[in-house]
Amino acid sequence: MLTAGPTPRVPTDRWEFTVSTEVGQKYTWSWQQLIELPAEKITVDIHCVTKWSKLGTRWKGVSLDVLLEEVETAADFALVQSYGGYTTNLPLEDLLDGQAWVAYRYDDDDLTPEHGGPARLLVPHLYFWKSAKWVRGIQLLIEDEPGFWESAGYHDYGDPWREQRYQGD
Amino acid sequence: MSDDHVDGNALAGDLREIFAVDLTTATGRCAGCGYRGSVATLRVYRNAPGLVARCPHCEEVVLRLVRGRDRAWLDLRGTVSLEIPLPS
Repeated sequence: MLTAGPTPRVPTDRWEFTVSTEVGQKYTWSWQQLIELPAEKITVDIHCVTKWSKLGTRWKGVSLDVLLEEVETAADFALVQSYGGYTTNLPLEDLLDGQAWVAYRYDDDDLTPEHGGPARLLVPHLYFWKSAKWVRGIQLLIEDEPGFWESAGYHDYGDPWREQRYQGD
Repeated sequence: MSDDHVDGNALAGDLREIFAVDLTTATGRCAGCGYRGSVATLRVYRNAPGLVARCPHCEEVVLRLVRGRDRAWLDLRGTVSLEIPLPS
């Protein structure tokens, strides 16, 4: 289990997910509101930058297309934020068109805190450090801003097929 | 000792690759809370894409070290200073 710090334990009655735009507008969902949104079952391969891949992992979650549907923004970039302080950046377009989810079940079970529960981001086409555990929101930005690992040498995009591990790869 | 992290002595090999002295005996000051203690007392999370050393007092990140194939990145923004013992 990869972790850069103590495991945050966020009860669902205190959990919130907030999208904030470049002009400061905020869109917030409670846990109840999240799980009442249309959810998808997703079966995908995931790729960790520490060189393992896991094939055919099964998740359930809400597509970012649903969460961002009503959000008005001119942003090109997203900084994903987690409970516990973790952040990761990626282009906004990589969160759209069926490529990303806020996932809250894995293998038919609720996501445990150790696996990033109650909810984590799932962006399987990028290295798994982009799939932030304990996700609590997304800040939409005009300019790209490096996240936790991206500001310490890791690649801003992180395409596993091009082995974009470190800056300059 | 928690099973998700180890103490700062785990930084010794990786830091020695970059610095000529053993930095785990240096005394650091946390930028978050002002805690002062040896690097060896930090809490090191190493089941991660890099080494993350946190303050044992406030748990803020004080040092990060990412090792690539032919380069390393050292982030000390969470450290105010390192007092490094030297031979007199």
